Amino acid sequence: MITRGFSSGRKPPTDADARIPPGQYLEQGFPVLSAGPTPRVRTEDWSFTLKHGPRPIKTWNWTEFNALPLAKMTRDIHCVTAWTKFDTAWQGVLVDDILADAGIEPPTAFTLALSFDGYTTNVPTQDLTAGKAMVALLYEGKPITPDHGGPARLLVPHLYFWKSAKWLNGLQFTERDEPGFWELRGYHIYGDPWREQRYTSDP
Amino acid sequence: MSDRPAAQSPWQTVTISRIEKRTPRVTSFFLEPSRPFAYRAGQHVDVRLTAPDGYQARRSYSIASAPEAGETIELAIERLDDGEVSPFFHDIAAVGDEVELRGPLGGHFVWSDSDGGPLLLVGGGSGVVPLMAMIRHRAARKSTVLVALVFSARVWDEVIFRDELIDLHDRRDGFDLVLALTRESARRPADYSRRLDVAMMEQSMLRLPAPPRFAFVCGSNAFVSAAAQALIDAGVPASLIRTERYGV
Repeated sequence: MITRGFSSGRKPPTDADARIPPGQYLEQGFPVLSAGPTPRVRTEDWSFTLKHGPRPIKTWNWTEFNALPLAKMTRDIHCVTAWTKFDTAWQGVLVDDILADAGIEPPTAFTLALSFDGYTTNVPTQDLTAGKAMVALLYEGKPITPDHGGPARLLVPHLYFWKSAKWLNGLQFTERDEPGFWELRGYHIYGDPWREQRYTSDP
Repeated sequence: MSDRPAAQSPWQTVTISRIEKRTPRVTSFFLEPSRPFAYRAGQHVDVRLTAPDGYQARRSYSIASAPEAGETIELAIERLDDGEVSPFFHDIAAVGDEVELRGPLGGHFVWSDSDGGPLLLVGGGSGVVPLMAMIRHRAARKSTVLVALVFSARVWDEVIFRDELIDLHDRRDGFDLVLALTRESARRPADYSRRLDVAMMEQSMLRLPAPPRFAFVCGSNAFVSAAAQALIDAGVPASLIRTERYGV
């Protein structure tokens, strides 16, 4: 349906347009969205635990975690509220390297990301491995601010950004695909921006 | 070709039935849905505009009306000068125009009188919109849940829904309005003329007979960060605080 009187701000197609998923617009800033107050997690209180169901596999403190191999990912990110930001530059530990340090192969096909504030979000395990995701510790070379999920946040840039859980404190392997916080509140179970999987009813 | 019937589009056409200016920068648009639209207080919708060349812009807006308001959905939209959807509404949209709408959306920043209270609401600028839906829902249900709203605006004339909020407050039936004007003197005895702070949150909680069961905070990111921290410093457990941020 064409909206009366609404004219396009569209310019001739550019290379940039091909990087913007359907229904998204390009944002230069870095908006902040979250469901509750921003937790202030001190690095001396920080820990990260890998779990299989309720059973802890391995826990790292901040110093131990920072001793893991640091990788760089510069990626476009896509928020379900319709903004896309190009070339966000992160450094952190690839999920692959966390698994290697724990000496395990992924035990199940599904993972739940866990946060200090009780937030959870589900991601298929294969979307976290093979270099696709990291636990980010730095943004643009500096510690991630609390608003953006610091000290550490998950980065799964090929899915809508609510999957990149802020204030991360663990990854839990689950037998079934268990919906997380927003997935239980109307948002899509998988969240592929290129298929515009925003809400539960999207195919 | 699939032989399954096409799934119903999640988008529906809505017609603008009334336009009412609320403040110099905020205008309410009353929308008539084309199919049944049930929602909860605090939820939002996505609005989509389509240009003749197929370009589409979509933005999320909170619903200001109560679920009990009948079929009409009220959106109170602030004009953002560098926006592409809000200037359309403010400068072009007229009664009778159609736009596309999806929703209702959001299952966290919501409240029903059956959820109980007391309720502490904190809004900054147009962040009052989803809180207004909760306040109107409370009034429509003749709920006895005690609600305090701390509403920060720059000046008296930018207090969205001001007359309605003061009328509701003056009923003295358990809804309490406190205004915090940041660039003008307070006009009502209990109002403030400063930015929101911990002391203000502590005093606002004293207006409730018991600690709040929920606190809802909505506004710009800077406002929500400051208000949520002030609530925590005033003793409200973080787990009771629900926030909605415009993102900027």
